[in-house]
Amino acid sequence: MSKFKMRKKGMPAISTASLPDIVFMLLFFFMVSTTMRETDLLIKKPALPVASEVKKLEHKSLVSTIYVGKSKDARIAGDKIQVNDKIIEVKDVPSFIYSERALRKEDEVKFMTTSIKADKEASVGTVLDIKEQLRDIDALKISFSTAKGTDLSKNYE
Amino acid sequence: MARRDIGEINAGSMADIAFLLLIFFLVTTTMDVDSGIARKLPEKTDQQSDVIVKEKNVLDIVVNRNNQLLVENEYVKVTDIKRLAMKFIDNGGGLGTPIDNKPGEPCDYCEGAKDPNSSDHPTKAIISLQSDRGTTYGMYVSIQNEIEAAYNELRNNLATKRYGRSYDALLQDYDDNPTESLKVKIDDLKDKYPQIITEPEPLK
Repeated sequence: MSKFKMRKKGMPAISTASLPDIVFMLLFFFMVSTTMRETDLLIKKPALPVASEVKKLEHKSLVSTIYVGKSKDARIAGDKIQVNDKIIEVKDVPSFIYSERALRKEDEVKFMTTSIKADKEASVGTVLDIKEQLRDIDALKISFSTAKGTDLSKNYE
Repeated sequence: MARRDIGEINAGSMADIAFLLLIFFLVTTTMDVDSGIARKLPEKTDQQSDVIVKEKNVLDIVVNRNNQLLVENEYVKVTDIKRLAMKFIDNGGGLGTPIDNKPGEPCDYCEGAKDPNSSDHPTKAIISLQSDRGTTYGMYVSIQNEIEAAYNELRNNLATKRYGRSYDALLQDYDDNPTESLKVKIDDLKDKYPQIITEPEPLK
């Protein structure tokens, strides 16, 4: 008799059996869309200039990035250039590009693009020096990395 | 032979493991798409060929280390460049570049003022951007952006007139569905308004 009286009334607990499925779904989404941050910035994070006429960089695997910005130490003046995980001089840019080329298939080399991520306060001289080095070794496709926007007035204050 | 019964593995902690991985990928993920102003650098050649370019076919843009701009020796603002560049490129005051020994033809698609003292033809119009080593990069990119904007607008105008669609829309279509006929149109627009930008050595 008492056996039946003990039975509780009310809502049954929501089943959490499908929780792993939901979590896995999210997990796969992030796994697929993720791109690992491959470099730690040794320089101050460049504040990219804004531009309206931007093109998306296609084929991410064929892009090599060169960072230009100020040193993290405020006492050190001048622009620093970073590739991969080290700070280099302008004259080392060609060897960086050669090492990048060595990682790609031969027929992909001509589609390789160099993306220059430079701080808007950096001086044009540094960027033009890099451009000249790139010209020397026939790495002709470049992209000035910018944020997309229409208000350009913050670029030159 | 009595087989020992293995109990079912408890899958209750599966969710925890999945959560752990999920949080890891959430933290490491970056979804920003890298975008920027695309430029093709000129190839280096050994032989110096002297090409005679008329003064009127060159639009001189000079920017100094204080980010001040001179266009054709007049002090202007960055926002003026697009208008000035468009006026200059689209002028069409003379004959175009001779192709295959045929004499150059006047520009029949230009809508400019046909001023004989400005550029002859869009295929001859050269924009020269002379910067100083001390110019800030933000300024430099802004100028490049304005020049790009000028070319894009001219191509847009011509594309709307000829094909009823803007150049941007054609590029978008080509991205979605690359066909030969679209490529012909895009290449034609690029030929009509080729980007000729020269950057002399920066001032010290």
